[in-house]
Amino acid sequence: MGYTIYDKLWNEHLIRSYDDGDSLIYIDRHFLHEVTSPQAFEGLKKKSLKPWRINANIATPDHNVPTTRDNEFSIENIEDNISKLQVVELDKNCNDFGIKQFNINSNNQGIVHVIGPELGLTLPGMSIVCGDSHTSTHGAFGCLAMGIGTSEVEHVLATQSLKVRKLKNMRINFEGSIQEGVSSKDIILYLIRTIGTAGGTGYAVEFAGSYIRNISMEARMTICNMSIEAGAKVGLVSVDDKTIEYVKKHSNLEANLINDAIKKWKNLITDKEAMFDKEIDIDVSKINPQVSWGTSPEMVIDFNEKIPPSSIFSAEKRKSLDLAKNYMGLSDNQELSDLDFDKVFIGSCTNSRIEDLREAAEVLKGQKVSENIQEAIVVPGSGMVKEQAEKEGIHKIFIDAGFQWRAPGCSMCLGMNPDQLSPYERCASTSNRNFEGRQGNLGRTHLMSPKMAALTAINGRIVKEI
Amino acid sequence: MKDFIEGIVAPIDRDNIDTDQIIPTEYLKSIKKFGYEDYLFDGWRYKDQGRLGMKKVERKINQEFILNNSPYDESKVLLTRDNFGCGSSREHAVWALRDFGIEVVIASSFGDIFYNNCFKNGVLPLKLKKTEIEELFSLSKDNPVTISVNIKDKVILFKDKLSIYFDLDDNLAERIIYGLDEIDITLKDSALIKEFEEDRKESNPWIFE
Repeated sequence: MGYTIYDKLWNEHLIRSYDDGDSLIYIDRHFLHEVTSPQAFEGLKKKSLKPWRINANIATPDHNVPTTRDNEFSIENIEDNISKLQVVELDKNCNDFGIKQFNINSNNQGIVHVIGPELGLTLPGMSIVCGDSHTSTHGAFGCLAMGIGTSEVEHVLATQSLKVRKLKNMRINFEGSIQEGVSSKDIILYLIRTIGTAGGTGYAVEFAGSYIRNISMEARMTICNMSIEAGAKVGLVSVDDKTIEYVKKHSNLEANLINDAIKKWKNLITDKEAMFDKEIDIDVSKINPQVSWGTSPEMVIDFNEKIPPSSIFSAEKRKSLDLAKNYMGLSDNQELSDLDFDKVFIGSCTNSRIEDLREAAEVLKGQKVSENIQEAIVVPGSGMVKEQAEKEGIHKIFIDAGFQWRAPGCSMCLGMNPDQLSPYERCASTSNRNFEGRQGNLGRTHLMSPKMAALTAINGRIVKEI
Repeated sequence: MKDFIEGIVAPIDRDNIDTDQIIPTEYLKSIKKFGYEDYLFDGWRYKDQGRLGMKKVERKINQEFILNNSPYDESKVLLTRDNFGCGSSREHAVWALRDFGIEVVIASSFGDIFYNNCFKNGVLPLKLKKTEIEELFSLSKDNPVTISVNIKDKVILFKDKLSIYFDLDDNLAERIIYGLDEIDITLKDSALIKEFEEDRKESNPWIFE
């Protein structure tokens, strides 16, 4: 009998099982941000408790921070007083408890799921939690990583453990080579379109196959990041040489320690004989660039397809589809390429890493953003990504094309900071959720890859051909 | 102790209702654990854009939305379809339901993180079969109906006309009934956690650097 990587990680972290089927697992790393932590810290204070292991916790403000800030910026400059209070509160809580924080002025501040791996704080084999559903991102490193609610944030702070039930095992085998112009974002959008937003609910999903083996760690992170959009709170990739190379480059661990660690990490793979509760094979060579048309990440079509008529779906589905079309201002059989776009956003924990920026910049080189686009912004995921991009001159390509080059944060992925859509504005976005109002009240989001977003910026519309 | 809930059913005939719909990001700026009742389903409940701190009376009400109409404004049971609470991990979604007065959410499936969050806040998420959901929709779609949910016996009752038995693990039922503090319970295992931690430090020292 063999084990899946999820089984191995589970066994490795299992403190105890309860009679009722729940288990207590040990938490190695806890990431915190300003939105889902204040009530947890308050709860801790009320109970006169202290964090169990201070060094397990790493915090950074990302959701509320304005991306137009410069080096002189301080928390006091946040115009929205309520946003400011939340960032101040994180600062205060981290100081009170002695938690390591990359604050708004730190060069290492950024989206929590971007900074974790690049600062070497995400290591293979770790159990990682954060009060944020996109914590699944870290699964790309062979970690048991999942999003949790605020009560659980408090529980993890207080006990260094989490009470959970073991998930079922699913494996997605992505086989083949992708077509020109297709990226990891298209692959994960295609998967969500195929299995639906509840397709992975109750499962830990391992991404495998020749496609996964061949892609970079950044691309794997994009795929694991959006496993939650397929319903799976845990997304995983088995450890291989690429994982280890990345970690070696980004970690500050001493050489002998890392060599010991590597011996262990190499075992973080699914055994050949392991059994899955569900397995799906997908041929990636047939996948075209994907664009979402509706208000759920499963409402996705090929970039050159028409809006699907509701009549071809079951009566139960039809209602949601009609509501989505109404919200998005669309009608049956309309071409995606007929839609006029107002804004373009390149960023978010899904697509704000250096590889994403390079992908978009390559398209934008020598090109100009369409006059019809009111605002095109590019928001690097972290200080480190920003610095790297500036070193490579990528920022110049964006700026010359007419993009605004911003400071790190969650930005327009969600309407918590000044980067938002106005009602009815249509946005080409590299983020992860096209829910109603996600990017601003009544805003219309179309999810796509950095390359497609860049092409949309130039043309003002979705292109018909690539 | 809460082992019996009786209330009006508010049917919302939609699947994939995500936590951004249950409470939009604007209201996640609050640092409090209570006071979210006026922001539940904000995008559907109002015709204007709200801000944290605004009260219901200051808003343009969408009279077509079910929870704005009597007697549904006092509903304790929300009836919906597939994949309720998918999306973001925000516990604020459960706080908003709780603060509004919703004690039971009935759906054919739930987002994993939302489902867990419910039990920490005394909101009961009930998974029923699609046929049972259909039955409840046809029962409640035209007229307000009051159903009772008996958590101990695990049954939903409507007069003598309908009874639906549901599956719910005993430990989850107990969390709703007794509202136990999980941190206190876990801390009883402090010694075990400490022991585990020491072993892990030994075998995986790089994690503790």
